[in-house]
Amino acid sequence: MSAVRVFVPRDSAALAVGADEVAESIASMAKARGLDVQLVRNGSRGMLWLEPLVEVETSLGRVAYGPVAPEEVPSLLDAGFLQGGDHPRLVGLTDRLPWLKSQERLTFARVGITDPLSLADYEAHGGLAGWRQAVALAPAAIVQQVLDSGLRGRGGAAFPAGIKWKTVLGAEAPQKYIVCNADEGDSGTYSDRMVMEGDPFMLIEGMAIAGLATGATRGYIYIRSEYPQAIATMNEAVRHARTAGLLGERFDLEIRKAAGAYVCGEETAMLESLEGKRGLVRAKPPLPALQGLFGMPTVINNVITFASVPLILAQGPVHYRDYGMGRSRGTLPIQLAGNVKRGGLVEKAFGVTLRQLMFDYGGGTASGRPLKAVQVGGPLGAYVPESQWDVPLDYEAYAALGAVVGHGGIVMHDDTADMARLARYAMEFCALESCGKCTPCRIGSTRGVEVMDRIAGADAQARPQQVTLLRDLCDTMLHGSLCAMGGMTPYPVLSALNHYPEDFGLATPGREAA
Amino acid sequence: MPRSPTHPEAVLASPDELRDRLRQLGKTVPAKGDPRVAQVRAIVAELGAQPGALLPVLHAVQDAFGCVPPALVGTIADGLNLSRAEVHGVITYYHFFRSEPAGRHVLEVCRAESCQAMGSEGLWDHACASLGLPAAGGTSADGALTLQAVYCLGLCAQSPAGALDERPHARLDERRLDALLARTQKEAA
Repeated sequence: MSAVRVFVPRDSAALAVGADEVAESIASMAKARGLDVQLVRNGSRGMLWLEPLVEVETSLGRVAYGPVAPEEVPSLLDAGFLQGGDHPRLVGLTDRLPWLKSQERLTFARVGITDPLSLADYEAHGGLAGWRQAVALAPAAIVQQVLDSGLRGRGGAAFPAGIKWKTVLGAEAPQKYIVCNADEGDSGTYSDRMVMEGDPFMLIEGMAIAGLATGATRGYIYIRSEYPQAIATMNEAVRHARTAGLLGERFDLEIRKAAGAYVCGEETAMLESLEGKRGLVRAKPPLPALQGLFGMPTVINNVITFASVPLILAQGPVHYRDYGMGRSRGTLPIQLAGNVKRGGLVEKAFGVTLRQLMFDYGGGTASGRPLKAVQVGGPLGAYVPESQWDVPLDYEAYAALGAVVGHGGIVMHDDTADMARLARYAMEFCALESCGKCTPCRIGSTRGVEVMDRIAGADAQARPQQVTLLRDLCDTMLHGSLCAMGGMTPYPVLSALNHYPEDFGLATPGREAA
Repeated sequence: MPRSPTHPEAVLASPDELRDRLRQLGKTVPAKGDPRVAQVRAIVAELGAQPGALLPVLHAVQDAFGCVPPALVGTIADGLNLSRAEVHGVITYYHFFRSEPAGRHVLEVCRAESCQAMGSEGLWDHACASLGLPAAGGTSADGALTLQAVYCLGLCAQSPAGALDERPHARLDERRLDALLARTQKEAA
């Protein structure tokens, strides 16, 4: 009899709730009972409330059990879980779970299914097909495919990826670079981390294709220091990719560890950091596509953007473009976070609504209390009130609301949340993380915290004056800051003020709306 | 305006001496024969040639010594042909680099929005109180543990999250946090 394959994720989200202990326990107990088990440490399926999610390969497909505690392993073995036996932790056949089945997993097609560090597994599941296509194409033809797919930067700015690539392709320079921004610092986001830990070759393949498309021969992946697992996995994947010839003379890349500065997620600050300097934001122009890393033409994209490229090349741009709505084409890996009952990664075509995401997928709040506020798009994203939960997720539709899709992180708060406190935190975070180059951000954020404190402390009579001051300050930051750090901190602050004025001690509804 | 009294030449330092003294102001230098100097030179020799080498070098130095000792800043700067000010500026800019070693264990508790939505502020206060630390965190008096805030570990669906010595821990509550603390204390004992 051949060994039964048992999958225990190696994703940080699983490790953080004891996946290693579960894996050890399964290995040692199976051995003690003379059972032939082959452990595979896969990525995470993204059903993070069920982690550690253990899967067993059976003739019917993979059967999931979760969340599994190490001490439950004996009872699982007693219940015959290696044959898919019944147990209180049984979730069902993984592929048939509605939560997963109803998603449109393009980028996350392999994550959780394969062994992240097995190139053979990667190829067996469709990996490298895009790269092989690209090798046979002229650079301009690759760029055209990316243009045709409608792929836009998934890091938050949503700039069409193909246009960036085209600019770099057209630039004459002795050296060009491909830089992957993996400084995923936004609270509520973890899709980059899941790709790096769960399907690292996909990112490498996407960057290698970008190299072929633009004539860049060197690449960097800038990964935040808070992600030690992702750094380790990526480093190992790069070694495998070099051995296999995916990386080499034509295009090679290097992993760079960041050092805990949130603003280095801003592309020009990241370039400074890669150059070994303080992460100060650069003024644009010149565009990084023309004068980027070390002054050379540079493609800078986020992890998910690069990770979307292999599929576009493999299946053709139309396949990808057929998902989505309006000018937002393809899919977005959405991350449910905060006070959520069933948090995890939901990859859907653009057009899904917050209500579907937070209730159909998320199941409401973890605390069971009413949902009060939801912040979309990270610390610099707006709080979206209930009246807007049915707006389809789309870059333009959100911009029209004064909100942002950003990196697709959704942080839910129940009715115990104090929106004035969260707004103050947004300012405080900006003051803590500002690079200090421009005044509206460096000074404005500190003044913002002070004004917020006065609003909280002032008698009701003086409050409207302070609120006017806060709006004025936000206006300056919005229009006067060099980058999104100062320029978008007003989003959470003003949206909290506009939609939840009662938390600021103001009468409802907000009459001072600017 | 009264004329300033003229001092005898002998009491004044020469311009060269003055400049040297100014240069040494506020600087720490490694003690003669400090073995760490050779170690830093080896790190610089290994990593210093790549473009933009400073961050990789600083990471390697911090990995070796648990911090970037101020006394070695000059050695790093010399090796990379940078000024001390440039190296100092980079070290102090990034939250990750520390100039003094942390405690034997480092406990990070996430205080970003997602974790706030699941009570991380209460958890933080509990951690500070259990360790007898001020509200800003820090290192316990016995040097056993450093408690520091972190802003997102990417475990936001399982908030509140933290990390002990870079190992992630999620779905934390006071009981689980106490268990983590107890584990570090047991090791120390």
